[in-house]
Amino acid sequence: MTQWPAALRYPAQAVLYVAFGAAVGYFSSYPVFQVLPPDTALVRLSFSHGAQPVAPCRERTEEELAKLAPNMRVKIVCPRERSPVKVEIEMDGAPLYAITAHPAGLKRDGAATVYRRAPVPAGRHTFKARLADGPAGEFTYAAERTVDLAPGKVLVIDFNAGKGGFLFVD
Amino acid sequence: MRAMSTAPPSRIAWRAWERAEGALDAAFGPRANPLRHLGALGFLFFWTMLASGLYLYVVFEGTAAGAYRSIDALSATAAGSLARGLHRYAADGFVVVTALHLVRELLAGRFTGPRWFAWVTGVVLIWFLYASGIGGYWLVGDQLAQWSLIATAEWFDALPLFGLTAVRNFLSGGQMTDRFYALLAFLHVAIPLTLLFGMWLHIQRVTRPDVAPARALTLGTLATLVGLALVKPVTSMPPPDYGAVPAAIPVDWYLLFVHPLMEATSPAALWAIAAVVTFGLAALPWLVRARREPVATVDPLNCNGCGRCFADCPFGAVVVEPRTDGRRGPGLARVLPDLCTSCGICAGACPSSTPFRTVAELVTGIDMPQLPLAAMRGETERVLAGLEGRPRVLVFGCDRAADVGSLARADTGVVSLLCTGQLPPSFIDYVLRSGADGVLVTGCAEDGCYYRHGNTWMAQRIAGEREPHLRVSVPRERVRVVWAAAGERARLAAALDGFRRALAALPPVEPRARTRPKRKEAAIG
Repeated sequence: MTQWPAALRYPAQAVLYVAFGAAVGYFSSYPVFQVLPPDTALVRLSFSHGAQPVAPCRERTEEELAKLAPNMRVKIVCPRERSPVKVEIEMDGAPLYAITAHPAGLKRDGAATVYRRAPVPAGRHTFKARLADGPAGEFTYAAERTVDLAPGKVLVIDFNAGKGGFLFVD
Repeated sequence: MRAMSTAPPSRIAWRAWERAEGALDAAFGPRANPLRHLGALGFLFFWTMLASGLYLYVVFEGTAAGAYRSIDALSATAAGSLARGLHRYAADGFVVVTALHLVRELLAGRFTGPRWFAWVTGVVLIWFLYASGIGGYWLVGDQLAQWSLIATAEWFDALPLFGLTAVRNFLSGGQMTDRFYALLAFLHVAIPLTLLFGMWLHIQRVTRPDVAPARALTLGTLATLVGLALVKPVTSMPPPDYGAVPAAIPVDWYLLFVHPLMEATSPAALWAIAAVVTFGLAALPWLVRARREPVATVDPLNCNGCGRCFADCPFGAVVVEPRTDGRRGPGLARVLPDLCTSCGICAGACPSSTPFRTVAELVTGIDMPQLPLAAMRGETERVLAGLEGRPRVLVFGCDRAADVGSLARADTGVVSLLCTGQLPPSFIDYVLRSGADGVLVTGCAEDGCYYRHGNTWMAQRIAGEREPHLRVSVPRERVRVVWAAAGERARLAAALDGFRRALAALPPVEPRARTRPKRKEAAIG
């Protein structure tokens, strides 16, 4: 391609550089991304919990102990595998989450972790939460909280057995 | 006539790209045409980020409380705002030229055969580019950083690797400790340095890599970045608020588009997209297998180890080693088949590649089996013998550039080569001594050679700036060089018409002896 004369070439270069700069500058921050729809809040359910073993600990019989090496003769034996964790969250009487989380690890002896998030209409809501972490699957933890969620606000529902169970952080 | 070695890229998209490059040639010239030097622009953007990053690093406070404060204070100063703007916009520019670079090489088909290494390393580098860029946003410590951290953690949590929930670290400010910011700062140095190492690796299999844009392009690009940093200074969002989600995020769509993409799909879907794109691109050299052309071969009896093939090979596929056959000479060329792209530039560089030789069998030091020197001379003589009328012109073309086949007519013959660089300049002399009125040499557009340097070396040989050079006694008014991309056949035809008219004004040439004295023959090889 034959080059244009300088009188045409330099203005053309300027226009093209400005166009490049404008494209870089514009898309470096526009169009803005709407994270949540208007009049919407966010509920995050997040916890990591080590559930109870799948079976209760038991005492070994004398015969069982005798079969073990002397240094291995521990009387109480507990299964490594933990129970799955069931958690249910209701918002204003309607189910929001119903999750069964399995323990981590090849032996399923780690903590079960849960992370979910859902946008909800902003406003006053009543949340009911319950959790089962035993082999029978019975809900052993429960909590209820009413919160005012302004648009854009985040409610984090956490669980910590050491702190009494469910934690509502808003 | 020999069939073309490989069909030149004929896809519509590549033709459109070539037209765009040609259009920018008019405004910038080939040396400063940004579309022809995308890789070099990538390096320029990296150095810009490095320089501005050093300044930012000096004032950056890598603590939970200090990160946001220090960046915000920095932005309030003119120099700091400029450095931050340069850093951000150079990163965005880097993404743009990287994407264009990838598309260009893809459309041109420059990813198969020996080029697989540069292609695959380039694909891997995209991950490092994004890891560097996204990690940079986290250092600012504002709501954009908070949103990006949470989105990235959600993405990694979708991998069933550890059963951990990384995102829990970012749901409250409790885990945003000084050590965490120190880790982020370390990563934002380590990952870009790894990226730089990867860029060095990326260009290892090419000689004279294009890593520095021409001065005009450098100045124009830097001026654009400075102007952008001044006109649209980069600012931070408010400090993190873990109890709220920002209503709207000013997303950097070049680097952070992955987060909205994940919102629109799911973390698992984003992993699937990333995996398909990454592995799909990386596997392309093996999925789209081009027919492997024969590679260059060395004839030890005609190679004296002068090293011109080594100097001219654009892919480092020729090495010169000490001779072990007892013959005289500084060494012996050896072709590395895995690196050879079968361009034939080495054959054009070999001083033994001259059609004037009178040996019974014309063999040169390094040659292409699919178009050896003897076949080139035979084809040239056959075409010359068929020319009628005046002026008689012989066109030496290139399989990858504008198609020269349709230029043939009674007074115009054409010989297409693997690459223009395959043409030993002595062929021009030979053709003119054989009675042709003129020789037109054409090939890929300037700075657009499919084999990187073929047309550049050819131009330098004709200008006497590179060995083997065209003899000084060859009348330059009878030699014309026209670089024309595959889509510029009409322009090439017009240039040929102009050359014919110029030749018509010159007196006709009479054929002269086209053999060299025997003693010179003996000196070769």
